[in-house]
Amino acid sequence: MCGSPETILNLDIQIPNQTRYLGLIGNIAETIAREIDARDMDRETLAYNLNLVVTEAVTNAIQHGSPSEDRDSVRILLSYEDNDLCVRVFDHGRGFDLASVCVPNVEELCERGRGLFFIRALMDTVEYRKTECGNVLEMKKRLL
Amino acid sequence: MKVLTEERGGKTILTLKEERLDAHNSGELKDRILKLFEDGCRDAVVDLRTVQFIDSSGLGALLSGHKNAVQRSARFALAGLQPRVRSMFELTRLQRVFEIYSGVQEALSE
Repeated sequence: MCGSPETILNLDIQIPNQTRYLGLIGNIAETIAREIDARDMDRETLAYNLNLVVTEAVTNAIQHGSPSEDRDSVRILLSYEDNDLCVRVFDHGRGFDLASVCVPNVEELCERGRGLFFIRALMDTVEYRKTECGNVLEMKKRLL
Repeated sequence: MKVLTEERGGKTILTLKEERLDAHNSGELKDRILKLFEDGCRDAVVDLRTVQFIDSSGLGALLSGHKNAVQRSARFALAGLQPRVRSMFELTRLQRVFEIYSGVQEALSE
C-alpha cells in the first residue's frame, strides 16, 4: 500500500467470541499495519500498536459484550482511507459509559483496567455508542 | 500455556514459551505464579524473552504475581523483556513497580 490519498482498505471480519482467536485477529491487524506507509511512525511500532488496540477491544467485546448464546461472534471492521485508520469492534452486551472508565492509578496496582488506557493512549479518538448492529467501540488514528 | 519451571540455587525460574501473553493465556500464567508462591517459593524469576506481545491482561497476571510475592515477603523479578514488551511497562509506568533485569543470569546474581 502506497499511503496515497486514493488508498482505500476495508475489512469486515467476524470471529467466534473466544479468546483463542485473539492471536489470529492480532496477526491480521499487524499484517495490515505493515502495509501502511505512515511517515510519522515506523511500521513495526504501528503493527504492534494496532495488534494491541484490536486485541484489547476484541477482548473487551468477548468478556463483556455477548451475554446471549445466539450472539456468539465478534465483528471487527478495519478501514484505512485518506490516511485515516479506523477500527470498529461490535458487541451485543449492555454497554458501558466510556467516560466513566478511569485512568489506572499505578500506585494502586490494579490488575485490570489498562485495556482502554492502551486504546486511548495509542489512538487519536475513541467513541462507544449504540447502533442498529449493536454497541460499537470506534477507534481512529490519523497517520501522516 | 507452555511454561518451563526450573530450580537454580534456591530460586525458581519460570520460562515462558509463548510469543503472546494475552487474555487467552494470562489467566493460566496468573494461576501458575500463585501456585508457585503457595507451594513455598521465596524467590521467582519470570523469563519473558520469547514473549513478543503483551496486553493489559498479561500485565495484570504479572502484577498479580508481584502482589502475591509482596504479601509473602518473597521476591518476584522479570527478565529478558523484548523492547516492545518493555515499552508497554513504560507506557503504564509499571517498570517502576517490577524488578526488571536484562536476562535471567542478571536476575539470579542479585
